Amino acid sequence: MVTTLTVNGTSHQIDLPGDVPLLWVLRDAIGLTGTKYGCGVAACGACTVHIDGQAVRSCQVALGDVSGDITTIEGIGTPDAMAAIQDAWVTHQVAQCGFCQSGQIMMAAALLAQNPSPDDREIDETMSGNLCRCGTYPRIRAAIHTAAEQLRKA
Amino acid sequence: MSRIKTIARRTFLITSAAIVGGVAFGTYKYQQDAPNPLTAGKGEAALNPFVFIDQSGVTLIAPRAEMGQGVYTTWAALIAEELDVELADIRVLHGPPAKAYFNSAAMQDVLPGKGYDMSGFMHSLSQVIGGAGKFFDLQVTGGSTSMRDGFDRMRVAGATARETLKQAAAERLGVERASLSTKGGQVIAPDGTAITYSDLAEAAALIDPPKVTLRDPSQWRILGRTQPRVDMVAKVTGTAKYAIDTRVDGMRFATLRINPKLGGAMNSFDASEAEKMPGVDRVIDLGTGIAVVASNTWLAIQAAEAVEIDWGDAPYPPDTDGIFARIDKAFDSDANSAMRDDGDADTLPEGATLIEANYRAPFLAHATMEPMNAAAFYTGDALEVWAGNQSPTFTQAACAKAAGLENEAVRLHTPVMGGGFGRRVETDFSVYATRVAVAMKGIPVQVTWTREEDMRHDFYRSGALARFRGAVKDGKAVLMDGQISAARTTQQAVNRLAGMSPGGPDKGQVDGAFNQPYAIPNYRIRGYLADLEVPVGFWRSVSASFNGFFHDTFLDEMAHAAGRDPLEFRLELMREEHPASAGTLEAVREMSGWTGKTPDGVGRGVGYTYSFGTPVAQVIEVIDTADGIRINKAWIACDVGLALDPGNIEAQMIGGMIYGLSAACFGEITFYEGEVEQFNFPDYDVLRMHNTPVTEVRVLEANKYMGGVGEPGTPPAMPALGNALFDLTGTRARELPLSKTFDFVL
Repeated sequence: MVTTLTVNGTSHQIDLPGDVPLLWVLRDAIGLTGTKYGCGVAACGACTVHIDGQAVRSCQVALGDVSGDITTIEGIGTPDAMAAIQDAWVTHQVAQCGFCQSGQIMMAAALLAQNPSPDDREIDETMSGNLCRCGTYPRIRAAIHTAAEQLRKA
Repeated sequence: MSRIKTIARRTFLITSAAIVGGVAFGTYKYQQDAPNPLTAGKGEAALNPFVFIDQSGVTLIAPRAEMGQGVYTTWAALIAEELDVELADIRVLHGPPAKAYFNSAAMQDVLPGKGYDMSGFMHSLSQVIGGAGKFFDLQVTGGSTSMRDGFDRMRVAGATARETLKQAAAERLGVERASLSTKGGQVIAPDGTAITYSDLAEAAALIDPPKVTLRDPSQWRILGRTQPRVDMVAKVTGTAKYAIDTRVDGMRFATLRINPKLGGAMNSFDASEAEKMPGVDRVIDLGTGIAVVASNTWLAIQAAEAVEIDWGDAPYPPDTDGIFARIDKAFDSDANSAMRDDGDADTLPEGATLIEANYRAPFLAHATMEPMNAAAFYTGDALEVWAGNQSPTFTQAACAKAAGLENEAVRLHTPVMGGGFGRRVETDFSVYATRVAVAMKGIPVQVTWTREEDMRHDFYRSGALARFRGAVKDGKAVLMDGQISAARTTQQAVNRLAGMSPGGPDKGQVDGAFNQPYAIPNYRIRGYLADLEVPVGFWRSVSASFNGFFHDTFLDEMAHAAGRDPLEFRLELMREEHPASAGTLEAVREMSGWTGKTPDGVGRGVGYTYSFGTPVAQVIEVIDTADGIRINKAWIACDVGLALDPGNIEAQMIGGMIYGLSAACFGEITFYEGEVEQFNFPDYDVLRMHNTPVTEVRVLEANKYMGGVGEPGTPPAMPALGNALFDLTGTRARELPLSKTFDFVL
């Protein structure tokens, strides 16, 4: 069965069963590997992407249930033209191993789209489902504040 | 034209050799008989390169793996400092497996000394003994050794390259080399003429590398200052490629299921249903489990779950109680080590108060964010493997053996790792991928483990038990006698890697306990090794991860028994013994405004551990809230001797502490009917943003030798938290995880 998906503005024809999670469609069928597999049970947040701007765990969204445009980490900025939130991550030198950071950034980007000035408590509430085993949480929080400030100025 | 020019410096030699369009600089250590990683072309000499300069610029070949600890950046900084290039202009690649890249610092701990008291003589001796690592093919990233290993070698390589390029420019311009300077990747003449390194690279290959002297630290412009990580942009744009992201034409996707009764056989399996499932290519018999190859990883996972398997039993007691009974039983046998035995630890000093306590620490999983995986492509006479690994020479050899090939027929790629923490020293995930690839000859296959498979097939941090007795008199510690029992971590891990078990006292097993700088007159630490076939391995800070908790918690108990402030009690015992350690305690005392008193609803604890060459003190503050106990604040002071990148050291200290606090609060692997009972993060919780403390770090440089930074932040976190909880509640928890005793904010 062929499903049409729009990812980062590009249309893809996907020939996979409808119950394959979006995560594995992105990674194995389309080759967008920036979205990471960490747990497969929505317990770590590494696979977070946006569907019509809403943050979702792509390991829990079946291909057949996707209705909307998908944005992945590759779609919000590139090494030569980073999004403000990615710039903030660089400013604060957030990443260590970096494996969770695509999901962290996508979660934080969705937060800032809805709340341009989150306080620490609001950041904690939104981000508490995104695990980081290197312990970069303090720098993530600082980077979200910086990104919020930059976005408010823009 | 065949040529290698060398200069000698200390124990290693710098060599240079011509490459296409440029020059390479590298080192040999001691004897030059280590097989070379680069195949020498016709008429070319091969060497083990650290720096390439060619028409595309400067490339660093980093023989250490990047697993998040920042090694690429700091190794690049060592080169850039002497070579006068900007850090951002250096490309960093991971080196191929090679004996000449062996880790000279990893073997330094074979000496019986305690580390903190190394004399100059012993320091030199341990550097020499470091050469023994070569015989174990020890190209390992671990033991927090990378900077100690690379500090001289990388700078000399950079300086040698710089002076050789200057000589090439001098010959071209007809001036003296001494009249030239270097900046921004160019040689600059007195008249302002600038020649790029790339332009000089081919000529430099024809020149004998001149002798060099290293710059005085006062001249450093990069080292000693926080640098932007060279891997940061890739990691925040989703463009960093981990092994799990390997994609090559025609690739198929696989997963595996190995016997959850670890080390047990597979009696039989029925894959008839699985083979009919969508996208499935094949089910492969791996002897102790199966792999499923499919068009998509998720389809492979579904099919693997549909295979019916009859598992054989595990070779260890089937449940947690039975396993700990084995660990306890080891106390009845002779001690494996008594690495510290000062004074008379058998006799209670007259008039002293006796204190006794037993402790227990659980088995722990590594739970790296990137689950175990590897990709492999087998053609019949060659094998290509992509594996995020901390031990490339071992990995290459293990894959070669599994494929029935010579080592040279295996090309191993080591991409950045989504966390290592010691798990990726092991070769199992690379070997499984190789075996699947051999069965799928001619088709590249990626083998991704599910999180459940990863958590249930780890080489765990061993569970451990401790029995401590001590005595205080007149407010001072006069006796400490500690016994620690755990599985044979070093023997198991080295045997898996090198096919041989080191005998004799296992110093690593008592690290974090025997080598603490306290002047206690009667002081003995003995290690016991349990006979236990549960797979155990290196876990961030290895045995210091439990010894730090045992030793420092007991000190805290002694301080309270002596009626003393626990921070002052420790400080008084270590001030003469190791001033740098005392400095870390004084620093956290000042940073936290430590008074020894806390208001109701607030508890504070101090923890201290010396491990991997670095003393670390931490103060942790906990508060009572309506939702449970919150870890509110933390202060860390470490003394690394020389801080090459303070910002990265801060990140490692905080990260190491959080790794330790996650384990201290929640971490526990248990067994039932031979199987690990934890499957995924919901069963093996870790700290998250909302329950991580606000933390302040101070990096000191008073210690005589450069210490590690990746691991030493982990051990003191566990006792510091337990001691804070005692201050808050009056309850002394002697067993981890602390969630068994206390309710934390979840």
